[in-house]
Amino acid sequence: MVPLEYYLTLSAVIFAIGVLGVLTSRNLIVIFMSIEIMLNAGNLALIAFSRALGDVSGHAFVFIVFAVAAAEAAVGLAIILAVFRNRESVNADDFNIMRW
Amino acid sequence: MSNYIWLIPAAPLAGFLINGLFGKRFPKPVVSSIACGSVFFSLVAAVLALIELLGLDPEYRSIETLLFSWIPSGAFQVDIAFLLDPLSAVMMLVVSGVGFLIHVYSIGYMAHDKEFSRFFTYLNLFTGSMLILVLANNFLLLYVGWEAVGLCSYLLIGFWYKKQSASDAGKKAFIVNRIGDFGFAIGIFMIFWTFGSLNFSQVFESAASSFQIGSSVITAITLLLFVGATGKSAQIPLYVWLPDAMEGPTPVSALIHAATMVTAGVYMVARCNVLYTLAPTSLLVVALIGAATALFAATMGLAQNDIKRVLAYSTISQLGYMFLACGVAAFTAGIFHLMTHAFFKALLFLGAGSVIHAMSNEQDMRNMGGLRSKIKTTYLTMLVGTLAIAGIPGLSGFFSKDEILWKAFSSEHGGVVFWLIGVVTAGLTAFYMFRLLFLTFFGKPRYDKHKSEHLHESPRNMLFALASLAVLSAIGGWIGIPASMGGGNHFERFMEPVFASSAALASHGENHHSHVTEYLLMTISVLFVLLMIYFAYVAYIRRPQLATSLRERFAGIHKVVYNKYYVDEIYAAVIVRPLIVISMFLWKVIDVAIIDGIANGLAYMVQSFSGSTRVMQTGYLRNYALMFLGGAIVVLAFFMSMR
Amino acid sequence: MEMFIFILAAIASVACCLMVITQKNPVRAVLFLIMAFVAQAILFVQLSAVFVAALQIIVYAGAIMVLFLFIIMLLNLRKDEFGGDRHPFQKFAAVALAALLAFELVIVALRDGSRSPSVSLPENFGSVESIGEILFTKYLLPFEATSILLMAAILGAVVLAKKRLDD
Repeated sequence: MVPLEYYLTLSAVIFAIGVLGVLTSRNLIVIFMSIEIMLNAGNLALIAFSRALGDVSGHAFVFIVFAVAAAEAAVGLAIILAVFRNRESVNADDFNIMRW
Repeated sequence: MSNYIWLIPAAPLAGFLINGLFGKRFPKPVVSSIACGSVFFSLVAAVLALIELLGLDPEYRSIETLLFSWIPSGAFQVDIAFLLDPLSAVMMLVVSGVGFLIHVYSIGYMAHDKEFSRFFTYLNLFTGSMLILVLANNFLLLYVGWEAVGLCSYLLIGFWYKKQSASDAGKKAFIVNRIGDFGFAIGIFMIFWTFGSLNFSQVFESAASSFQIGSSVITAITLLLFVGATGKSAQIPLYVWLPDAMEGPTPVSALIHAATMVTAGVYMVARCNVLYTLAPTSLLVVALIGAATALFAATMGLAQNDIKRVLAYSTISQLGYMFLACGVAAFTAGIFHLMTHAFFKALLFLGAGSVIHAMSNEQDMRNMGGLRSKIKTTYLTMLVGTLAIAGIPGLSGFFSKDEILWKAFSSEHGGVVFWLIGVVTAGLTAFYMFRLLFLTFFGKPRYDKHKSEHLHESPRNMLFALASLAVLSAIGGWIGIPASMGGGNHFERFMEPVFASSAALASHGENHHSHVTEYLLMTISVLFVLLMIYFAYVAYIRRPQLATSLRERFAGIHKVVYNKYYVDEIYAAVIVRPLIVISMFLWKVIDVAIIDGIANGLAYMVQSFSGSTRVMQTGYLRNYALMFLGGAIVVLAFFMSMR
Repeated sequence: MEMFIFILAAIASVACCLMVITQKNPVRAVLFLIMAFVAQAILFVQLSAVFVAALQIIVYAGAIMVLFLFIIMLLNLRKDEFGGDRHPFQKFAAVALAALLAFELVIVALRDGSRSPSVSLPENFGSVESIGEILFTKYLLPFEATSILLMAAILGAVVLAKKRLDD
């Protein structure tokens, strides 16, 4: 039996890797994938808690996270597509229009 | 019943909206028929309302119609509601009747003006506002009308705004009125503070039941209200705007600055008769100011050469008469004179307008003369008006003026002095009015040939208005023939319910004089008037050189009177100039240096601070995410340390 | 044995995630991400979450990642797309802060995670039946909200992808 804290530690490490990906990548698609990594780290923690508590609620959460991830991927990729059409780029550093 | 009262002020306001929004695109006949039609509608509705009112018993002749609740805010309740009683009925008839005739007259007078529709827009707005003023059932709605007519007055005095003197006169009227309105507004605040209501009936009832005669609060309120009245009704010391208001088109002078708006102060004092009766000091002030203004303005009228300015000073003087009547608690007489004055003064102004029209905009009487045969209808109507204002027995002015003089003599608030001032003023009035008549219509023509070619009688609609007003000036007084002269004095009995509660307050110690005294006083005043007319005849027709030699003999006095006692100059030196100096100080030192300095300094501080922090706003997604993460780490560390 | 599989899967998933964020070529990054998901699915199975593990493979690795690949192909991105980093400081700060975050999270996990009691599992823990039951009873409202979210996402994706932004 693997202790709970092992899973949580693994989840924390994967989450940090996702964060690092968001911060260092310049490719919008890779940034997106890093976000998926973070979501999965969360999923892992949820499943681990669910197992430890013997409550299946965590599984239901993960199920909903999947739906959110799917929705987010659809919309996010559509945005990337639209941005690419307009600017011919998916480099995050090409966009600084948030400053005015 | 009577729920159509709101239509009376609403119709001209609707005309104002229509003409104001679309008037520029309508042809002139459409504009004028909308304007005149809406006022005529009001007139018809007002007549219907009067008939309905006459059908009721006298003690029930006070109908309040609630239109809607305007400001329901806790203890402060103000409604849009109209009060129909004999006083407001008379006022609304005068306003809509004279207003209608002047609208009709204006069609001819303004026919060649490019801004025809703007003129009628303002005129309609004025009529609607004035009707709101007289029909309001509370002080705030009255104040709304009060301010709106002030605005219209400003707009119409400065109607020919391209003329410097006209726009200056408009500003002067507005600013001087503001001083009066300041007092009026404080008076209204005090009324609410004292009575907890602004509704006329509630205020007057609680005033009559819970305050003693001579109460200092009531005195303060009535004096403050009277400050407003001096501004609006051009009394000393705030009368200076009215002569300058003659810069506006003549129908405006007739409607606003003679017949209706300037009488708002008299109406207001009469409306608050209960309050004024409770404050004898205020009554004395009103009577003194009224008498002083009547005499003072009459002397100024003697030396003016501009036909409209003579009438302006005459208006001020007659308004003083009305206040004199109110001041001796003869409110009915004041309102009666207000009504007859509206007729004959509107007639005189419109006649003067007709003369000016005929003379191609010449206003100086020294350049007129001998117009009697050239513009016969105008001459005849003017003659009626002059006789009426001079107080020749049988015409309207005689009855109202005599009523005031009699009340000034006999009332417990009156006295011989007031009567004497009244008689002297009446004589002076007769003198300057006949001077005007003689200079304009008699003697040899003093205008050049060019003008005589253009000399023409006014169009028919203008003559229609003149004739109607002449008839009213002649017979308008017959409804108020006093009992001593065999009349029924219907007017006084009609107005009685309005002033019943104040009459009850003052009922003790009514001075009783015999009819003989009344006849005697009447004869004296009429004889004096006739004498003054004869003087005018001698000085301006029989021996014109007499006027010149008199003028030269008393050159000093004439100069002072001609320059209106230098009141404008005194005001400029005592009030305006120090104000400008103080304002300059406030502007240059307080505002520019200190207040702007603080504001700009703060702005500069903010700018420099934000200039240093704006570097963080790179606009790059990843920089923002980095800062976001930094914040998240700090928050997480905070929660970890909490455990 | 369990511990051995855990360590293996954990190393695999951490390594694959690191590959994802360091790869220059986005197609390879996607492939590594799929591998990471598979490794995590193994961990899910170990945690008795069989149904979730199956979903992870089918929905995540199967559907969503295919969508990523599809977009990358559509945009025709190359690995040498970008020049040098315009914010060199960003990378160091990012590594430092991410390490700090990982440190904090691990401390939380080790300090508070061990306190949780481990209980005996019910019979059908993690089965389709049990998850379905709880989804349609206790979590019915979130479940329905999810359907609205997906609908909105579909419409949004269509609108965004249909035309140019400045039209």
